[in-house]
Amino acid sequence: MKKILIIEDEISLQKTLKDALEREGYLVICASDGEEGIKLAKNEMPDLILLDLILPKKDGLEVLEELRKDSRTQDISVIVLTNFESIASVEKAIELGVVNYLVKAQYTLDEVIQKIKSEIEKLK
Amino acid sequence: MRIPKEFNIIGQCRKYNVPLWQCPPFLFLVMGFFICLTSIFLYLLGSQYIEDPREVALIVLTVSAILLVISTLITNTFEKLLQTNKLKSEFIDIVSHHLRAPISNLEWTLDFLLSRNGDKLEKDLFDYLKILKENSGRIRDLLNDLLIISKIEGEKMDLKKERFSLEALIKETIKNIEEKYKSFNIRVRLNIYNNVPEILGDRYYLKEVFSNLLQNAFCYSKENSEIKITLKKEKKFIYCEIEDKGIGIPKEDQPFIFQKFFRASNVLKYKPSGTGLGLYIAKLIVERLKGKIGFFSQEGVGSTFWFKIPIQ
Repeated sequence: MKKILIIEDEISLQKTLKDALEREGYLVICASDGEEGIKLAKNEMPDLILLDLILPKKDGLEVLEELRKDSRTQDISVIVLTNFESIASVEKAIELGVVNYLVKAQYTLDEVIQKIKSEIEKLK
Repeated sequence: MRIPKEFNIIGQCRKYNVPLWQCPPFLFLVMGFFICLTSIFLYLLGSQYIEDPREVALIVLTVSAILLVISTLITNTFEKLLQTNKLKSEFIDIVSHHLRAPISNLEWTLDFLLSRNGDKLEKDLFDYLKILKENSGRIRDLLNDLLIISKIEGEKMDLKKERFSLEALIKETIKNIEEKYKSFNIRVRLNIYNNVPEILGDRYYLKEVFSNLLQNAFCYSKENSEIKITLKKEKKFIYCEIEDKGIGIPKEDQPFIFQKFFRASNVLKYKPSGTGLGLYIAKLIVERLKGKIGFFSQEGVGSTFWFKIPIQ
């Protein structure tokens, strides 16, 4: 079973995403801040990470940088899922090798789940 | 050594995000320099024509004082304007992040409840959830529209330059919108001519233009009619046309159709919830992309909206 880590500080969104992804048959773990996210990524080695950019303790880009520094976590696919859409942050995230950058307000839940599924398909 | 905040001109200018020649602290410095020069010049001039050095000094001092007051007034007003502008941008940022986030949470939760629990839910509950979803969707659309407008009007529009196929984007959008207006029984026919190349531009904003025009076509079409979309290459442009057999735009409303919040007199009973922002946004975006937009329409017969945008 593929494992997905959600790093998202909005509890309601975290729950919705978790339930929706579990229904698709994935194993889902959640972190509510950047530090917890990094810790879980290193301990649990998920197949895919959904990352918000605005997070307490460590923001999404810092999390991404840290994951890329560690040889064990550097190849994990990351999808950025945020409402923060400045060009600079998009460019920075792409530079750090995220596979997709999704602005929450532009997608329905179903579309996001489809994108996540197709990224996971690619991993096989 | 730490420079006091007031003297760090470059830092202050960066804060306002304007070019140097529009930046109040810098302008004040330039004015100061100009006042010094004027004083010296006045002194030299005065000492040639006026004998009493005290009189010369008095004139020089008075003129410099007046200039100083005027320049302070001007730069202060300027600074206030910039501050208001900055507040406006901050307000937009706050709206975009703090209002958009709960709306997408709400929508996604509703999506989740509606998506696969549909068959299991009581019919009543399902209908109520759909009402909630429809209304949260309206808030989100309006919010997105307002955000786009303030970004473009405030010259804060971040235009991405990516290469993509407009054809694919249009097909995808047609599919989404057809799904949304399934109950209208309207057919869409897409005609593509002479090898439409990929374009270099901003996907998100172009999708906004096309989907605004197509949604209008759907909303104002007669039942069981057809919408004809034409896409073709036209010299250095890509031309797209959306023709509907709808209610059309009354002649007297046509000059105002692209104005902000304007709604034609005959549309209220077809789409009462419209905001009158769609065409305004489409025009703003197309113009910002250095393209053109226009239409022809006859009341009772239909409307054809077209836009063309440069390929590069």
